[in-house]
Amino acid sequence: MRKVAVVGAGMTKFMRRAQETGKELAWETAKLALDSCDLTIKDVDCVVMGTAPDAFDMVHMKSEYLGDGAGAWRKPYVRGFLGGGTGVFTACQAWYHVASGMFDVCLAVTEEKMSSCLPHPQGAFVTCWDQFTESPLGTSLLWFFAWEMNRYMNAHGITQREIAEVSVKNKKNALHHPCAQLPGEITVDDVMNSEIMAWPVKRLDVSPTSDGAVVLVFASEDFAKRITDKPVWVEGVGWCLDTMYIGQRDLYYPKYVEYAARMAYDMAGIKDPRREIDIAEPYDPFSYKELHHAEGLLLCDKGEAVKLLLNGETQRTGRQPWCPSGGALGVGNAIAATGLMKVAELFWQLRGEAGGRQVPGKPRRGVAQAWGDEMQVGTVVVLGV
Amino acid sequence: MSEKIKAWPGTPLSEKDIREKRILVTEWQPNLKYAWDTGAGYGRYFAELKKGKIVGTKCNKCRRILLPARVFCEWCFRTVDEWVYLKDTGTVNTFSVAYTGTAAERLKEPRIPALIEIDGSDGVAIMHLISDVDPWKVKIGMRVKAVWKPKQKREGAITDIEYWKPI
Repeated sequence: MRKVAVVGAGMTKFMRRAQETGKELAWETAKLALDSCDLTIKDVDCVVMGTAPDAFDMVHMKSEYLGDGAGAWRKPYVRGFLGGGTGVFTACQAWYHVASGMFDVCLAVTEEKMSSCLPHPQGAFVTCWDQFTESPLGTSLLWFFAWEMNRYMNAHGITQREIAEVSVKNKKNALHHPCAQLPGEITVDDVMNSEIMAWPVKRLDVSPTSDGAVVLVFASEDFAKRITDKPVWVEGVGWCLDTMYIGQRDLYYPKYVEYAARMAYDMAGIKDPRREIDIAEPYDPFSYKELHHAEGLLLCDKGEAVKLLLNGETQRTGRQPWCPSGGALGVGNAIAATGLMKVAELFWQLRGEAGGRQVPGKPRRGVAQAWGDEMQVGTVVVLGV
Repeated sequence: MSEKIKAWPGTPLSEKDIREKRILVTEWQPNLKYAWDTGAGYGRYFAELKKGKIVGTKCNKCRRILLPARVFCEWCFRTVDEWVYLKDTGTVNTFSVAYTGTAAERLKEPRIPALIEIDGSDGVAIMHLISDVDPWKVKIGMRVKAVWKPKQKREGAITDIEYWKPI
C-alpha cells in the first residue's frame, strides 16, 4: 500500500443553527481546504463524504444531495456512515482510496446540519433503537449514555465531580478554537449544579448539537511531496463494530475502541501508545466518554483515566494532552464533522499551526477517535510527522 | 492551517430567527406508517411474554443464553439449539433517572430506564423500566421482579411487562 498524507484542511464555525444549507457549508469548507494547499477541484480524483443520519435533514440520499457542495459530481464518490463514528471513518476511507493506488488526491468532506430537525434533533434518533424490544418503552437517546456512565463510575469507584473535570478542561481548551460553539471557563460546581438530563448525565456533561463542516485533503506520497514540505502522514487506521445487543456486553469498557485502536497501532508500528502518542483526540460527546475512550485507546489502564485527568497530565501543557481542540464539549458536536475536526486538529497540531491551542514540545504523533452507530463502533486514525 | 485562516465560514442563527420567521424556511412534517414483522425469534419471544413468560434461546456451542430470544448465534454463526425459560426476576446492571423524553423534552416526573440481568441467563440483560420505587434509592445490584400487565391487556409486546419493581 502507498503512503498517504493529509495536505490541507478547512472547517466552518460550529453553530447551533447555521443560515447556510448543508450544501453551502460543504462548499465553503471544501473550497477553504483546497485553497489551504493551493489545489483546485480539478486536482481532486475522488471524494468521500461523511454525514450522519438522513433523519437530521429528512433528505433521502443525503450524500447525493450534498454532492455538489462536496465537489463530487462526475467523480468517484461514496458515503461512509457509521453514526457518530462517521467522521474519523471518513479519514480511514480517504486513506484506503489513496493507499490502494487508485487515486492520488481524495477530498474527505464531512457535513452535519442537525438544526433542521424540530423541536430537537434528538428526536431523529427514535429509530436507532430496536423497534420491537426497545423503542416501545419510550426511549431517549440519553438513557444509553446515562447507563454507560453509571456503569463506568460503579466499576471503578469514580465520582461525578471527577468526571466533570473533563467538561471544565475541554470547554477551556476551546477558548482558543476560532470555530468553537461553547467555549468557556466553567467550574466543577457549574457542572454539578447544571440540569439533570438523565442522571448521572447533567447538562454540562453533554456536548451541544451543532451545524458545521470539516474537510481534509488526502494525497499520495509523490503528490504530497510535490505540493508541500509539511505533509502529515496517515500512520494507522482502524475500525470495529461490537454487538447491537447492549445487554450482552458490559458497558464499563469500550472493547470495540480497543480493537480499532490495536488495528491502527499495529499498522503504525506503535507498541506502547502511552509513550508513543504525543496528543490524543478521543471522542467526547459526553464528559465521561473522553475517559472511557482513552482507556479503550490503551492510553492508560482501565479505570485510570481519571487519575491522569486529575493530576493534569491530559491538559494542553501536560504529558499527553487529550482534546487540545476543546473537543465536542467545547467546539461542538456536528456529529460526522466533529470526528473529522479531531483529525484536522491533529493535522494543525502536528504542523505547529494550531495558534493559541498549540501543544508545546513539537508533538510528532497523535491519535483521533470517534464512536457511534448504535453506540458500539470505534473508529481510529493515527497521524504523524 | 488553522492559524493562517483568518475568516471561518458559517453564519450562526438563533432559535428566534426560525420561530419568528426572520429567515425564510420551508417546513414539512412527514406522515409515515410502518408495520414490522416480528420474525421467528422475536415472534416467539413476544408470544411467550403474552403468556407471562420470559424465554431465551441457547447456543450449545458457546453455551450462551441469547436474550431477547433469536434464532441464530451471531458469534458461532449457527442456528441456536433450544428455547430456555427464564425467571421474571433479575438484578439491576445499570440504570438512569431520566428527566428527558424521546425528543429531549423535559419530564416532570423522572422515568427509571435500566438494564436488568435476567435470572437464569448467566448475566444477560434486557432493557426495561423500573417503577414503584423512590428513584434515588435505586442501586446497581438491586434485585427486581417484573410487574406484568393483566392477562387480557397483553398484546405480545415488550410492554406486556409494565415495569420492574424492587423485591
